[in-house]
Amino acid sequence: MDAAKEPAKDASSSQPQVASPEAGSSQAVEAHKPAPNMPQFTREEDLHAYHEMLLIRRFEEKAGQLYGMGLIGGFCHLYIGQEAVVIGMQMASIEGDQVITGYRDHGHMLACGMDPKGVMAELTGRRGGYSRGKGGSMHMFSREKQFFGGHGIVGAQVSLGTGLAFADRYRENGKVSLTYMGDGAANQGQVYESFNMAALWKLPVVYVIENNRYAMGTSVARASAQTDFSKRGLSFGIPGEQVDGMDVRTVREAATRAVEHARSGQGPYILEMQTYRYRGHSMSDPAKYRTKDEVSKMRDEHDPIEMVRKRLLELHGVPEAEIKATDAKVRETVNAAAEFATNDPEPDPAELWTDILLDAHA
Amino acid sequence: MATDILMPALSPTMEEGKLAKWLKKEGDPVKSGDVLAEIETDKATMEVEAIDEGVLAKILIEEGTEGVAVNTPIAIIAGEGEDVSEAAASGGKPKPNGAGGHPAPTPDMQAEGMAEKPAPAAKTGSDAPKAPAAPAIITNKADEPVMEEFPANTPMVTTTVREALRDAMAEEMRRDGDVFVMGEEVAEYQGAYKITQGLLQEFGAKRVVDTPITEHGFAGIGVGAALSGLKPIVEFMTFNFAMQAIDHIINSAAKTLYMSGGQLGCPIVFRGPNGAAARVGAQHSHDYAAWYSNVPGLKVIAPYTASDAKGLLKAAIRDPNPTIFLENEILYGQSFPVPQLDDFVLPIGKARVHRTGKDVTIVSFAIGMTYALKAAQILAEEGIEAEVIDLRTIRPMDSETVVRSVKKTGRCITVEEGFPQSGIGAEIVARLMVDAFDYLDAPVLRITGKDVPMPYAANLEKLALPNVAEVVEAAKSVCYK
Repeated sequence: MDAAKEPAKDASSSQPQVASPEAGSSQAVEAHKPAPNMPQFTREEDLHAYHEMLLIRRFEEKAGQLYGMGLIGGFCHLYIGQEAVVIGMQMASIEGDQVITGYRDHGHMLACGMDPKGVMAELTGRRGGYSRGKGGSMHMFSREKQFFGGHGIVGAQVSLGTGLAFADRYRENGKVSLTYMGDGAANQGQVYESFNMAALWKLPVVYVIENNRYAMGTSVARASAQTDFSKRGLSFGIPGEQVDGMDVRTVREAATRAVEHARSGQGPYILEMQTYRYRGHSMSDPAKYRTKDEVSKMRDEHDPIEMVRKRLLELHGVPEAEIKATDAKVRETVNAAAEFATNDPEPDPAELWTDILLDAHA
Repeated sequence: MATDILMPALSPTMEEGKLAKWLKKEGDPVKSGDVLAEIETDKATMEVEAIDEGVLAKILIEEGTEGVAVNTPIAIIAGEGEDVSEAAASGGKPKPNGAGGHPAPTPDMQAEGMAEKPAPAAKTGSDAPKAPAAPAIITNKADEPVMEEFPANTPMVTTTVREALRDAMAEEMRRDGDVFVMGEEVAEYQGAYKITQGLLQEFGAKRVVDTPITEHGFAGIGVGAALSGLKPIVEFMTFNFAMQAIDHIINSAAKTLYMSGGQLGCPIVFRGPNGAAARVGAQHSHDYAAWYSNVPGLKVIAPYTASDAKGLLKAAIRDPNPTIFLENEILYGQSFPVPQLDDFVLPIGKARVHRTGKDVTIVSFAIGMTYALKAAQILAEEGIEAEVIDLRTIRPMDSETVVRSVKKTGRCITVEEGFPQSGIGAEIVARLMVDAFDYLDAPVLRITGKDVPMPYAANLEKLALPNVAEVVEAAKSVCYK
């Protein structure tokens, strides 16, 4: 099901689902009507995708709760609704590929395999957080998991992610940089500076534009002269596709194509993921820019997790009890993360003065 | 009538150059726009065009001659119908509005403090100006503690700041395969100011990367590569253009180590000319020392001598932190003795007492040192012994060396080309209030650039910059003389 086909207030909803410059390569078709060319997942793949997406969903719901309780401060941007994007992308990547994104980053961290306890403790500003409580929701990193943030300056991660790809090519290590941005960031100037250099130098980078239709409160149609983001690299010769970002299968399929393109030395690739966030831009969002109906229709009819759940039951014949066991396990993981993040002490006051500079002689 | 072709200036700061090649020979007819010769400096190459019609009567400076002073007649063009041999015999005197196509620089282009500026030594050419001896790094008197940065008997090589910077990069690139340089015109063009000359030939296009004109983007790419563990040297054609990239310098490079709880260091050097050159107006003349000095997570270096430029740039490249390396276009061509050592690395964060004295402390850095040293010389002639401190590193700032000096002299002035408000001088004043209050016999005074955007007109520009007289006057004032 293509998110962009849904009736919405803005004109972008009338965009064609497939607007790839390399026409025919996109697989964005309606999910609940099995099409002959719809990529299928094995039972194991669906189980994996279900678990991973559900972990993000439950984690974010918990984060929302903790925010409401005053345990999380500042900004908190939830990824609920967009889970299929990052999970489908991760299913097409290999170990050592880098991931970098903007401020809506919790889902990406969990998808990279970062410990939910460490992520949640960072949200609550505790010493066990990934940044020892000094980064917060928008600024988390894991060298070990090759997750490079977590960036609060909209669009900055695009140049940085291109730099990660520059380093991959420099080292000839066969790795790819998965560089995420939103539809809002896609209008920043440095994005195009990066596109130019990535294409010029054939850098191994996949630009994932998560088009959730709203840059904060501004719809795509009100902010973008060209609402087909897959075309944003055309003048640099960068191929792009519009992808149904609500279906993890179409995401994985397009991601595989894009990652292979980049890894094989052909340069950058753009994937416009047509997705939707259920929650507000941040926790303080009054959400007056869209109707409740629009949101509930997406939730009810195109939920990425429900789609997989349905397939597990109906297509793969997974017993409901097994699915419920997964649900329980995920809840347990998230509760343990919340428990840890609530009880872990705040950073030692001495931490104020650490990590400003590295010791030059170390 | 015969017209002299004068040696043109390629830039306002050029004093001499090499006559690389004649493209016309004696007796050739020339018309307006014809390329007569090629001129080279250590920064650039340029063609000399004829602006009149006639015949090239005589070549006065043979091709291959180096160190040809600007405004020297290099050839004579005989006018239409003029006797060529007569014209050849008559010419040879500079004429202000002769051919050559380029205005001559005014002799007093630089503020008077620049009068000490040593010209690069002429390698050939008997009439070339004689180069004054390069100012040695002034060592302290034998009875004073000297900062031992290299053994006393080390042979010294006279080197321009430009060569010193290039040597530093080349040495570090030989030492570490993760070091690379990127920026506009750094490779094929050999550097907009020829700082990266020869690096492409030695290290190849993979490690000497020409970028499009896209400061914001390539600064971000450099930072991304550094977060991944490479050690980029990002050259800005001038730090004025780094304004387009300052978000990545501050938000991405300086803050990520802290925001990642110590996980992600950013071993990157941002370097390029900073501050005023000459006659380039407000958008090309800003001194950013104070701006970057304000940011935790950065190191900021601003050397004066070639020796410091080399030793500190090597240190900056090795440093695991993001480092701002502020150079100065006017200093590029100046020569200083540099120790001939296989691996000369200086510590970041150490000021140097450049000249000792007991009466007043003058604190400066980078090109500000030229005013400070000239003033100290004049003051000495009037019986005031100034101690001149070169900060060298702006952040972390070595206030200990400043405070130690002020405890001795009881008086202090600061000299910088940057703006007064929240400047480096303001910082030093604040530190002295806390750390040397009881030792001060007079208020600390600041000599800075004036609080105006840099004007273009030569006379206004001169007024906007600090000058030696202001430094001398301030020093006397704090000495109550």
